[in-house]
Amino acid sequence: MTENEPLHFHYDVDGNNFTSAGEASVQVKRMLRQMGFHPDLIRRISVAMYEGEINMVIHAKGGDADVYVTPECITVVLKDVGPGIKDVNLAMQEGYSTAPDNIRSLGFGAGMGLPNMKRYSDELKIDSVVGVGTTIEMKFLPA
Amino acid sequence: MIVYKHSVSLDADKCKGCTTCLRRCPTQAIRIRDGKACINPNLCIDCGECIRHCPYKAKKADFDQWDSLDRSKFLIALPAPSLFGQFANLDDTDYLLQGLMDLGFNDIFEIAKAAELVTDYTRAYMQRMGDAQAPFISTACPVVVRLISLRFPTLRNKMVPVAPPIELAGKLAKERALKEHPDLKPEDVRTVFISPCPAKVSWVKNTPADKECYVDYVVSMSDVYFRLLSKMDRKKTPKVTSESGAIGMSWPSSGGEASALMNDHYLAADGVENIIRVLDDIEMGHFPDLKFVEMNACPGGCVGGVMTVENPYIARVRIRSLQRYMPIVQNRISLQEGEPIPREILTVEPGEYSSAELLNADRAQSFRMMSEIERIWKLLPGMDCGSCGAPTCRAHAEDVVRGESSLDDCVIRMREQLKALQKEDGKGEES
Repeated sequence: MTENEPLHFHYDVDGNNFTSAGEASVQVKRMLRQMGFHPDLIRRISVAMYEGEINMVIHAKGGDADVYVTPECITVVLKDVGPGIKDVNLAMQEGYSTAPDNIRSLGFGAGMGLPNMKRYSDELKIDSVVGVGTTIEMKFLPA
Repeated sequence: MIVYKHSVSLDADKCKGCTTCLRRCPTQAIRIRDGKACINPNLCIDCGECIRHCPYKAKKADFDQWDSLDRSKFLIALPAPSLFGQFANLDDTDYLLQGLMDLGFNDIFEIAKAAELVTDYTRAYMQRMGDAQAPFISTACPVVVRLISLRFPTLRNKMVPVAPPIELAGKLAKERALKEHPDLKPEDVRTVFISPCPAKVSWVKNTPADKECYVDYVVSMSDVYFRLLSKMDRKKTPKVTSESGAIGMSWPSSGGEASALMNDHYLAADGVENIIRVLDDIEMGHFPDLKFVEMNACPGGCVGGVMTVENPYIARVRIRSLQRYMPIVQNRISLQEGEPIPREILTVEPGEYSSAELLNADRAQSFRMMSEIERIWKLLPGMDCGSCGAPTCRAHAEDVVRGESSLDDCVIRMREQLKALQKEDGKGEES
């Protein structure tokens, strides 16, 4: 590894196991603690990543989570081959949700997923094509 | 930096270097080195899981021995409520209390009595703080306090600062003794906590230097159990009367402390691994409506402490039947609206945060190390067999990079390499 090449961590987010959602963010959290990042930054990343993981499980039967870490920036890329987001602006509104009732009855699908990802990240990029899939890229900058 | 003093240690003569504690340790604080278990003091939270599971009884807790109690002092027993669940056919807690007096104690102050006061103070604290910082996390279990201090720095401000029952009981017991016996001097009075777990020993040992510790001795419940058995006499009418109600007696079972708060929005978790999962979830904002979180390191709550004698589920049932004939509550604090909670009650402070898991203080160096850990981890078989002395292959990779062990300690990998060599040799002969 050269000095500028980011550390890369890959996780498969299992779409068949609802209760396993959030495992990747817990592992990332530990790794970032080991590298000495500030607890508040680590919390922001784990909250945003957790929301992303849940979204992939609810809407897209899982996907891939990739985390790239440099001392200056942590990038989280969540990629799925799910149904895609029809109206990104609408999905960004708090309380808007297309989650089915059975998911909502479990306390998820409150329409806070994307808004929280935006709130907790420093930069959020959504690339979604209906019927093809969604890729979300979040950047987090240490204070 | 304040050095944390532990209460769990190893009896090296008894340790066979098996991998039981290695796998059971919830914070991966144990390694096997040179055939013996070693506990990393920076990661150990004194939960006692290694004591619970060690097949050779090689882990011990640093309790005060019964014979070391100074009998020339005015000794006050502080029985944890879990003690009452240890005895079959106990239908009135007064028999047990009388048994303690007959063992030579001069007075008794029930932990359950103090717990009722802590319940009131906690309710008042939550009311004054409002919901913005909720959920509030109980600090009665010292393992939880240490775990949050070490690993969940963003949850530190959610910890309830109200003194735990053990502290309040010790304080009030001493005050009462000095008041009732004006001839006694403070140094003549000694409190003896009868504990279900080693974590309470750590709690006493780690009292900050500028703070008074109101508990002088911590003896193990299993030690007291046998002594009490022979003293408890059901034919004699007890001369002492319990000062606790059902609320205080509900504390030792998981969920008891929380339900006593009369707030439905609570969660009660028990067992260290479960607690870690819940704390991770709270940190990720998973439970928005939660007001209070009760956590006990031991399965089932304090009744599951490693120094108890009885199965925790049976102890729980016994306590429940004792509660039926107790007054709901015997100790109450009523604060006027807006009246502040006394400073001396708000004593819990989280320990200093220093990530014990940090690879290196230098960020660039820790990056290089993390990259190396990832590389080495991929070379390992992923069996998590523990033969190398680390609990998982991942932990082994970290140990190698930290310079604490060698890649060659992996026997599975060595065997693969040996096989490959033999194969090569075989080929050589053929040609």
